[in-house]
Amino acid sequence: MATRTENVSLEDLQSIVGEEHAREAAPEDAIDGVAPSFVVEPGSTEDVSELMKLANDRNLAVAPRGGGTSMSLGNPPRELGLILSTSRMDAVVEHVPGDQVVRVQSGIRFADLQARLAESDQMLGVDPPEAGNGATVGGIVAANSSGPKRYRYGTIRDLIIGITVVLADGTVAKAGGKVVKNVAGYDLAKLFTGSLGTLGFIAECNFRLHPRPETARTVAVELPDTASAGAASQAILHAQVVPSAVELLWDGETRMIAVLIEGIPSGIEAQAETASHILGSFGEVSTLGDDEAGSSSPPGAGDDGVAVKISAPPAELAGVLDSTLGASSRLGVTPRITGHAGTGVTYVGLSGGDEGARAGVVEELREIWLRRGGSVVVREAPPAFKERVEAWGPIGTRLDLTRRVKEKFDPRGILNPGRFVGGI
Amino acid sequence: MQRDLLIREMQAILGPEGVISEREQLRSYECDGLMNYRVIPELVVLPETAEHVQSVVKLCYNEGIPFVARGSGTGLSGGALPVESGVLIVLSRLRRILEVDIPNQRVIVEPGVINIWVSQEVADEGYYYAPDPASQIVSSIGGNLAENSGGVHCLKYGFTTNHVMGAEIVLPDGSMVNVGGGMAPDAPGYELLGAFVGSEGTLGIATKITLRIVRKPEAVRTLLAAFKDTEEAGGAVSGIIGGGIVPAAIEMMDSLCIEAVETAVHPGFPQAGAILIVELDGPAAEVEDQFQHTIRVCEENDASEVRIAEDDEERALFWKGRKAAFAAMGRIANDYYVQDSVVPRTELGAVLKRISELGSEYGMRVANVFHAGDGNLHPLVLYDNDVPGEAEKAEALAGDIVFTCLEHGGSLTGEHGIGEDKKKYMPKMFTTEDLDTMQLLRCAFDPHQICNPGKIFPTPRLCGERPGPFRMHPVQKAGLAENF
Repeated sequence: MATRTENVSLEDLQSIVGEEHAREAAPEDAIDGVAPSFVVEPGSTEDVSELMKLANDRNLAVAPRGGGTSMSLGNPPRELGLILSTSRMDAVVEHVPGDQVVRVQSGIRFADLQARLAESDQMLGVDPPEAGNGATVGGIVAANSSGPKRYRYGTIRDLIIGITVVLADGTVAKAGGKVVKNVAGYDLAKLFTGSLGTLGFIAECNFRLHPRPETARTVAVELPDTASAGAASQAILHAQVVPSAVELLWDGETRMIAVLIEGIPSGIEAQAETASHILGSFGEVSTLGDDEAGSSSPPGAGDDGVAVKISAPPAELAGVLDSTLGASSRLGVTPRITGHAGTGVTYVGLSGGDEGARAGVVEELREIWLRRGGSVVVREAPPAFKERVEAWGPIGTRLDLTRRVKEKFDPRGILNPGRFVGGI
Repeated sequence: MQRDLLIREMQAILGPEGVISEREQLRSYECDGLMNYRVIPELVVLPETAEHVQSVVKLCYNEGIPFVARGSGTGLSGGALPVESGVLIVLSRLRRILEVDIPNQRVIVEPGVINIWVSQEVADEGYYYAPDPASQIVSSIGGNLAENSGGVHCLKYGFTTNHVMGAEIVLPDGSMVNVGGGMAPDAPGYELLGAFVGSEGTLGIATKITLRIVRKPEAVRTLLAAFKDTEEAGGAVSGIIGGGIVPAAIEMMDSLCIEAVETAVHPGFPQAGAILIVELDGPAAEVEDQFQHTIRVCEENDASEVRIAEDDEERALFWKGRKAAFAAMGRIANDYYVQDSVVPRTELGAVLKRISELGSEYGMRVANVFHAGDGNLHPLVLYDNDVPGEAEKAEALAGDIVFTCLEHGGSLTGEHGIGEDKKKYMPKMFTTEDLDTMQLLRCAFDPHQICNPGKIFPTPRLCGERPGPFRMHPVQKAGLAENF
């Protein structure tokens, strides 16, 4: 893969951020086997602006990096010169508990932020699986990571209320603000959510917060078959229960739907009882004392496997399971499945079989679920696999508009080239 | 293109019934809910299908004619104000509910469908559509989407943007795209739907909209509490929310507002310096517990009276008083000028105090009714249009209120939008770089700036199609914009 680093020297970068904050890249900095030349840790938004100007002027491809927990997401970079790490930009800029909003620099680790907010009995209402591995807030926004509790609180796009970004040409711009209710100007915070660093560098984010629930309870049911998984999930969705998560676990002998209920003690008693009653008609019910449903992680790719995310209408849960199990068994691949049954997100880890078989399963699932209005995204896979199967799948009528947006924000295409949808 | 020819071409698409060209008829469309601004459009068209909309937009695009989309015309910032020599595309005939999908908790509608119809359609199934702007019995879903409408219950349930899951959009060049997953979550690619919702009709026209519907809560409890002044009421608001409760709604009215409402709709509100209406909803046991807590907080903050709605009828009466607030101003003043700024909740006390001082300085009355839970103020500056100079004074006072809110870390608008009305204030909240960056998005969607031009941004930027010989854009020629 080509890099255009002959135009930039380490000294150029060090003159902006100081000697100790710019270095030659190491092998572990590679993304999908593509090695960058440098890693730089800017200390401020102004640093980022200068670095971006330099990269843009000299045509150097830039990849922003937070905790590095989602670097496998997307296609291999077309080129890569510079990694911009947010590790030094990790401050809580402002938190007024009474306003239930927080403004942070993007490099703050999500777990650190949650710990800080917990001191005021508040939280940022997302629980992405990468949180425990050092994911940063900026990375979660850029990758649009979500977890089980999205059923109740939505995803990060629903909670972000303001953003400061640095564009490819060094322009520093903000949108939104620090009030929850705000319709002044375009909602660029949402546009940048999930844009995987291809529109600009996220420097700061503002979020609305929620009170931390006093207590939690999980009610789970063991299920005999896929049809009952779909039915149990539907029964909860349409009942007078207000769960925080409705989760699916389908791995070997474990086949269950788990319902997480949060709130005040008196409230969750009654709701747990209702949930147990509903789920009891599908199988054996167990009640767990904590938020165990909130702790299931999507299966990863393992050593040489593949991890995918299937998005489908939530009522088609049984169909998602059947199609996954069917294709896997026919092609000799072993699936591990978890998912946010209530919101229509299913994670599948595929191992065993050869690469062709695993690619076959993903392609078959993609064909089925695209037709049904959903999508199948490759979250993690060896670079060789990504050469066979494009990471995002086709995006239909949105492609032209998507390209125009990219071109306006990053006309020279220096930001994460090649990794996102449509090869942009 | 000549006017006669344009009319004929539009008629060829829509039939004679679908085109309004008589000046007297055009006049009914000269403004939206904000009547301070009036422009008579060249033509009004009434498409009945998405294909009609697409053909009309294509014609406009090919001829370089600006257009403005309009739903029910209830907007309060002039977002649907027509442009001179432009076409007004009225979407009220696209009013079909296309699909109700209870298993997936979705409803697909055309843009002209009225907000309340959605809830009515799914009520028997135990569902409703959560965003409830005060205009919900007349405002359209398309308009709600354009403005990212809020409502009294958005404190807990979020805004339109949190409930729109997908949209079919006719772009300003007449092409049609689908954004958002619709039935399925997390469509790969940019969050174009999130960027589109709230773009005030400047990025295209939604012709099909997928909405999320929500299970009706098991229990709803509502109370009304009276306080000596807005400061004490504000203390109660902080106490309730600080206690970890997310109420479905917390609304505040000051004494002037109570007086107006009492005169207009006689809800029997107590005479007080301020009243709060607090509503909790959710699972019965939880609501009951938190409702008792809420009552205690009101009492601890020296509420002179706490009334509890014993049934749906009484609850409706509380809300009738609240929702009539704007209309009721007519009972105590000939005219009013309303703002929609937002402040961080902890700044409410200081800002209300400043508003009251500003009122005294200007010698004008300001009534306050607002969404206290999210700090969204609706100060109503009362004046008399027949007194020369009063309208200007009212607008100046309203402007000072807006600046006060911005100084306290707030926003220009919480739900009404920038539109025509507040674009002059945008540079007070955003830098040139911020506004130019937003307009990059505009240029990606609408490079020729024909879709609701002149709204939101004080200085429209041209998008500069670089290849080819330079041609000055008519807007630039007129000195109205700079090249980008």
